Amino acid sequence: MRLPKFSYLVPQTVREAVKMMGDAGPAGQFVAGGTDLYPNMKRRQQTPETVISVGRLKELREIAGDGATGLRIGAGVSLTDIVEHPVIRRDYPAVAQAARTISTPILRNMGTIGGNLLLDTRCNYYDQNYEWRKGINFCLKKDGDVCWVAPGSEKCWAVQSSDLVPLMVATGAQVRLVSTVNERMVTAKGLYNDDGIQYLHKRPEELLTEIHLPPVNGWRAVYKKLRRRGAFDFPVLGVAAAINVGADGAVREARVILGGIAPAPLEVKEAAAALVGAPLDDERIAQAAEACYMKARPLDNTDHLMNYRKRMARPFVLRALEELRRSL
Amino acid sequence: MATNKNSNGFRRNDGNNADANGKDLKVVGKPFRKVDARAKCTGQTKFADDIVLPRMLYAKLLRSHEPHAIIKSIDTSKAEALPGVLAVITGKDLPIPYGILPVSQDEHPLCVDRVRFIGDPVAAVAAIDEDTAFEAMNLIEVEYEKLQTITSIEEAVLIDEPRIHDYGEGGNVHKSVHLEFGDLDEGFAQADLVREDVFFYEGNTHLPMEQHAAVAHYDSDDKLTLWTSTQTPHYVHRALAKTLGMRAAHIRVIATPNGGGFGGKSDPFNHEIVVCELSRRTRRPVKVTLTREEVFYCHRGRHPVLMKIKTGVKKDGAITAMDFESFLDGGAYGSYGVASTFYTGALQTVTYDVPRYRFKGLRAFTNKPPCGPKRGHGTPQPRFGLEVQLDKLAEELKLDPAEMRLKHLAPPNSVTANYLRIGSMGLGKCIEKVVKGSDWKNKHRKLPFGKGVGLACSSYICGAGLPIYWNNMPHSGVQLALDRQGGVRIQCGSIDIGQGSDSILAYIVAEVLGIDPFDIRVLTADTDLTPVDLGSYSSRVTLMTGNAALQAAERARELLSIAVAEKLCTPVENLSFADRRVFDVENPETGVTFAEAVVLAESKFGTIGTVGSYTPPRSPGKFKGAGVGPSPAYSYSAAIAEVDVDAETGFVTVERVWIGHDIGRSINPMLVMGQVEGGVYMGLGEALMEEMIYRANRNAVHKFPSMLEYKSPTTLEMCDVLTYLVEDADPNGPFGAKEVGQGPLLPVMPAVANAVYDAVGVRVDEVPITPEKVLAALRAKARGKEARFGPTGVPAVEWPDALKVLTPAEGGDGKEMPRVAVHS
Repeated sequence: MRLPKFSYLVPQTVREAVKMMGDAGPAGQFVAGGTDLYPNMKRRQQTPETVISVGRLKELREIAGDGATGLRIGAGVSLTDIVEHPVIRRDYPAVAQAARTISTPILRNMGTIGGNLLLDTRCNYYDQNYEWRKGINFCLKKDGDVCWVAPGSEKCWAVQSSDLVPLMVATGAQVRLVSTVNERMVTAKGLYNDDGIQYLHKRPEELLTEIHLPPVNGWRAVYKKLRRRGAFDFPVLGVAAAINVGADGAVREARVILGGIAPAPLEVKEAAAALVGAPLDDERIAQAAEACYMKARPLDNTDHLMNYRKRMARPFVLRALEELRRSL
Repeated sequence: MATNKNSNGFRRNDGNNADANGKDLKVVGKPFRKVDARAKCTGQTKFADDIVLPRMLYAKLLRSHEPHAIIKSIDTSKAEALPGVLAVITGKDLPIPYGILPVSQDEHPLCVDRVRFIGDPVAAVAAIDEDTAFEAMNLIEVEYEKLQTITSIEEAVLIDEPRIHDYGEGGNVHKSVHLEFGDLDEGFAQADLVREDVFFYEGNTHLPMEQHAAVAHYDSDDKLTLWTSTQTPHYVHRALAKTLGMRAAHIRVIATPNGGGFGGKSDPFNHEIVVCELSRRTRRPVKVTLTREEVFYCHRGRHPVLMKIKTGVKKDGAITAMDFESFLDGGAYGSYGVASTFYTGALQTVTYDVPRYRFKGLRAFTNKPPCGPKRGHGTPQPRFGLEVQLDKLAEELKLDPAEMRLKHLAPPNSVTANYLRIGSMGLGKCIEKVVKGSDWKNKHRKLPFGKGVGLACSSYICGAGLPIYWNNMPHSGVQLALDRQGGVRIQCGSIDIGQGSDSILAYIVAEVLGIDPFDIRVLTADTDLTPVDLGSYSSRVTLMTGNAALQAAERARELLSIAVAEKLCTPVENLSFADRRVFDVENPETGVTFAEAVVLAESKFGTIGTVGSYTPPRSPGKFKGAGVGPSPAYSYSAAIAEVDVDAETGFVTVERVWIGHDIGRSINPMLVMGQVEGGVYMGLGEALMEEMIYRANRNAVHKFPSMLEYKSPTTLEMCDVLTYLVEDADPNGPFGAKEVGQGPLLPVMPAVANAVYDAVGVRVDEVPITPEKVLAALRAKARGKEARFGPTGVPAVEWPDALKVLTPAEGGDGKEMPRVAVHS
């Protein structure tokens, strides 16, 4: 498989990058590490005519702040640097932990945090080469008009498959989006849309430039991932859980987010509700796990049987919360 | 990171390293590097895809996206009109069928009137670059008329029309066989316990790192050269001559170093023939490199096999009779399938004494990529069922599974009920090694819930006793040329697929001639320059090329000895060849250098070249079907797997494997251990995750033809391996050597299944043993149902009348008994 022909532009600044994107219009596409985009282009899943490389922009490669002030991470920071950064490891260990589960070391060297947060949704009717997709007469997400996962559906069910996304939502992160006309901050939660095609509340011309992690303030988080091979698979269920425990040992706030089972990260408020107001105990943890099990409704479009993925919500949430309890 | 802790894992059975005559060996048995190791490690090796010739064109094959359809029309006009396209061909341009087996000539280079699976090629283009070829390929318009799709064994035996092929046993049954050795009823009547179990083994594929690639050059002298990534250049040569209608003498096939074969490059392939035809038409070199997806469509991998096994045993575990039924999902073409079918019933008898044995086997055609030989060819599936069933029998009999097996081993130097001649037989030692090494006695049925150990054994052939097409010629030939400056060249048709066959040739010749293996140039797998070797399949290469090389080297040594003895005035029998010298053993300083010895011999006899060849001994079986299973020798393996099973998620982690392998003798123990570990690794993939699966409700499309989604373990999923080599020299092997390329894979899957049972008390009677299946079995157990996941039955089919053969114990002569017509 070979890349199709396309124009490749290398801006020197963010301002220039967004200008280029404005000029390129809908046929334009930003690229950073390229670990997601280029394979997709080889398979003709994505077919930009102009690719604008932002991976080497210095402005996007900085990390500033710490757990007391909050952390600003440039979108072009490599996943390897996220895994190894001393401040992240010390103050936001769950971020380093989740990043470490992404793909392989070689791909983490190329892949960036920004790219990971914007990862194309995945589906095993879609992540196939052109001839294969032609064989099934394509699908809703690209070149076709049927969602083969749910043939009656008007919506695309491709799956949110980034490990960092559920964790960013759980930790209350925000991202900065920049275009030629404006700049805005969006919460991680607000960035994602529950549709496999329009999976982002981001306009195509907007460039994600940085990620803001809020001050730690007593929050602690954890990430658990279901996949067949620990070596490099995408998550087919991800559990990010964050809690803030008061001096009395009672959980003041909690967020439990499921990834890898729907087009967007799924916040299970019932799980959080089960946890808030008392110390973490077996019963509350079990209630939270049960709530996640009830809410998880994966479809048959990734590795592992869908019923199995649903069933795994229980032990994975259980283990995530038990790990948080142990960390107290 | 989990690594293979083999640094001290290598255990020799004895410290002795001498040949049968007690002579110390200098090369054989030593861990030399491979002769091609440095080139491989530094990226210098030229694989087929690395070949670039002037004016070379690039080919692409348009493949069917219909699983079963009649080709109504093909319009290539748009593709032909595209600038940069030099040739477009379709099925009618290459109408002669081919196939690896003479009985299954059912493939065409490009489909002529019908497509049989998604991926079947219908047209091909040659263009100035790959992008143009790709674009042209997509401009070809094919009109199909859909036919009903056959997606499973069950459908194939039920649905007679439409037929996928118009040959075979009728309907969509390709082959069905029924062999009976001895009086089964009597055997079961003698049993204290009879078990009947059903197992399923899912299909999986080879997944070589190197995708198939080929370059053809039809030159101005009307001679054709094909460089191709193949395990069987000789068979490709024959297929090219047939399909292209050319004299074989005008065709040269050069097998390029294989970046992994595992059986997946053992058939002649459509893309190989297609590039030759495109080159013949354009008179320019033409290259094709398959995409990973296309490699999945080439397939020829492990057949999915459904099995029913009925075994009778005495109280002490002695088998009294075995009745074995197998159903193979063959996919869309014959490939090696007839042989695969027989192999599912052949080797059950060579590990434990099975006095009476019946085998029924059926291969079905389905609209999926064709299955064929993968490492272990047709034998891992029955071995899985057999070894798991023995574990169940041992438990019912309250016997230790290791002790039970040890007590009833098939005897060495014997002939089995189905007429396989066993020579050396080191399985007992293998079992003893792994039992001791793993502390089996303190672990089996004694570990806490979630932890378990399981044992399984196996055997494999060291080369098929018969060639693929009937002939009386040797299976392997070696030519040796000695240069007056001391150089030695070995020429042999064998192809190194990473297993080290080039190195084996060098080691053996170096041993005999007393020189350094790296003084030798090994020239292999070129049909113009090397004598025929049948190919790298059936674990035949070390034994057969080794014996041929040994014969050629001994003949050369004889010539040198005569000349040197004359010069030194010593008796020939006093001469020794070592350290690049030929000298008098009683007077070691009296001697000549090896180069001087060649000069003396060349002066006396003329140019020094010798040949050697090898033909396997005849098999004692004379009945129809006796051709599959016989081998000059059998290797044996025993493995114990220790697992951790997470009862909440169903995840099985294999923590360690202890494996004993009866190698006869290691020509190079380092390479042997590499093959053992590779076999364990591949076995883990089959045991735990690998599966070729198709969406039956979506056109039988392959679910995920990619290396990301076809799940195969990485090095991080690999367990620790402790390897024990048992060296009990076999009289038929060169220096006693037997095979190791395939055998050590076989015990891994049943050992893991048995360990899972030991850990959590549930049986998963099929592979892969996925977390889903483990959980399903645990849930069944929790609800008080049978603690098992697996198939429940086999299709009811009408079998042909049994071909009956009296066993050797019954006084049989290996011939089929006359069929007696019974009138009522």
